[in-house]
Amino acid sequence: MASEMLEHNNPSPPSRDVHLDGEAEVIRIRDLHKTYKMGDIEVAALRGINVTIRRGEFVAVMGASGSGKSTIMNIVGCLDRPTHGAYFLEGQDVSALSSDEWAHIRNRKIGFVFQGFNLLHRTSAVENVELPMMYNGFLSKERRQRALEVLKLVGLEERSHHLPNQLSGGQQQRVAIARALVNRPSLILADEPTGNLDTKTSVEIMELFQNLNETEGITIVLVTHEPDIAEYAKRQIVFRDGLIISDNRKN
Amino acid sequence: MLLMALRIALRALARNKLRSFLTMLGIIIGVGAVIAMVAIGEGAKKRVQEQIASLGTNLLVILPGTVTLGGARTGSGGRQTLVASDAKAIMDEIPVVSGASPVVRQVQQVIAGDQNWSTPVQGVAPEFQQIREWQVQEGRFISQADVESTAKVALIGQTVAYNLFGDNDPIGAVIRIKKIPFHVIGILGAKGQTGNGTDQDDVIMVPYSTMMKLVMGVTYIQQIIVAAVSADTTQEANNQIASLLRQRHKIRPGADDDFMIRNLSDIAEAASNSATVMAVLLGSIASVSLLVGGIGIMNIMLVSVTERTREIGIRMAVGARSRDIMLQFIVEAVVMAASGGVIGILVGIGSSNLIKYLAELPTLIRPDIIAISFLVSGTVGIFFGFYPARKAAQLDPIDALRYE
Repeated sequence: MASEMLEHNNPSPPSRDVHLDGEAEVIRIRDLHKTYKMGDIEVAALRGINVTIRRGEFVAVMGASGSGKSTIMNIVGCLDRPTHGAYFLEGQDVSALSSDEWAHIRNRKIGFVFQGFNLLHRTSAVENVELPMMYNGFLSKERRQRALEVLKLVGLEERSHHLPNQLSGGQQQRVAIARALVNRPSLILADEPTGNLDTKTSVEIMELFQNLNETEGITIVLVTHEPDIAEYAKRQIVFRDGLIISDNRKN
Repeated sequence: MLLMALRIALRALARNKLRSFLTMLGIIIGVGAVIAMVAIGEGAKKRVQEQIASLGTNLLVILPGTVTLGGARTGSGGRQTLVASDAKAIMDEIPVVSGASPVVRQVQQVIAGDQNWSTPVQGVAPEFQQIREWQVQEGRFISQADVESTAKVALIGQTVAYNLFGDNDPIGAVIRIKKIPFHVIGILGAKGQTGNGTDQDDVIMVPYSTMMKLVMGVTYIQQIIVAAVSADTTQEANNQIASLLRQRHKIRPGADDDFMIRNLSDIAEAASNSATVMAVLLGSIASVSLLVGGIGIMNIMLVSVTERTREIGIRMAVGARSRDIMLQFIVEAVVMAASGGVIGILVGIGSSNLIKYLAELPTLIRPDIIAISFLVSGTVGIFFGFYPARKAAQLDPIDALRYE
């Protein structure tokens, strides 16, 4: 409870900046609650979250399982609705939108990277990368060109026609990152992206994220429970019992 | 959008070739069976129609009406209302009639030399030959001059010739009917028996005028036999004859006809109706297999949706709307059903030709049935693909992504 007060009473300096410079604000969450009903029992997964994330930030969201970090990721990813509270994505209140509008936002503004890669089987790397563009009316030539461009960015241009099962875990995750980047989203949501990878590959993937953040200025929100993975981020937010208990920025 | 869904569907189907083919097999068999069965049914119907037509569907028989005496009704032809000039008027005034002949008929004991034979004697006009397609084996048929002069001339059928003359040539010989001498002017060609065993060759034909005046002593005729120009115009001829006779017989509007017109097209219609019933029956049995094929598609689509839950989740996460997912699965079901339909059409055409040659059954492939089969198989795809597709579209992306 005390930590919640702390969060409320000490809004982080970037939140103030946002008022002056609305352009830079990617995520603004105010007093967000999420309650699940499991039969007759109500489980409060989120109990009043306030957070602002600006363009170009690299944020690690940490917490034990059941802390609410997955729930906030689903809400930020426009996959789930909050029970109460406001969520602005690039200044737009998205909590009230229809599911078709959400699909559009997921397509244009959010790039997902999952723990299990979630590539389509028996579909080549480049076609996996093209997938998000299939839902926004690109011509197939433009799609292919853009997909190859992004694959190059993640260092996989030579393997563009390989199938996922012909690629290593790290390479598959690079394909997934390319897929997340392909529509030039406002932010990338990465949910335990190194959870299925060995240490060496995890380092490679995290360096890729870091590189994308620093050179391309891409906003990244990363969920992890490993402190050494979170070290790659510039800012670390820790969840516990549905509340943010700490929000630290590296200098 | 649709093109893309089509591409995705084709790829998904190509990934599971055997399964897709087995699923399509239901539709293939269904459509093939519908086409082959309807082809057999239609072939049978056509054959029945041809057989009926060969009986003379363009023929009409006009009989006098019935009469009720003291509560007892005579059979048809009981009234004495038809006269020979009715036949002439029908022929002259109705263009769709190609010929009309009065018919008067009575069984008589016929004597030739020392032989005698009881046989129906038929009084007819020259047109009778053409109407009933009688051949004359030897000599000539009755002429208009014979009718006008009430000539005592006769043609004899094969059976009569054999029984009265044996091996002798009857032409020019004299036969006696009711003690009146008739010259034999011709021998009719053989016609054989009718369907119910009557010997058509056991007959003598004389001019109807001679028959009425000299043999029977009557002024009315028993029937008029009419040929329409074609089977199609039979009904038109029928209607025109009816109005002509009503007018000639001075029947007031609303009053009953004093004659009856019968034609074989009723029989033809009944027979072709029963053939239609058979075709419908065969077709509906075959449709059941199409239904079963559709259920097969639904089954496989449901399996496919479950198997590809994660794929659906991924697609939703990268921006597919519910309707995109729905379209994808419906298109997949329709592609499966419609290509099954196309193969089924080919199988149906092939097997109906095979039946034609192997079983020597007549078959007739109707293009409209082919078109309908194709549309129905596509519709089956939409119908049975709808539920699985909706199930896919209603998946929650969070659950779908987590699905193992």
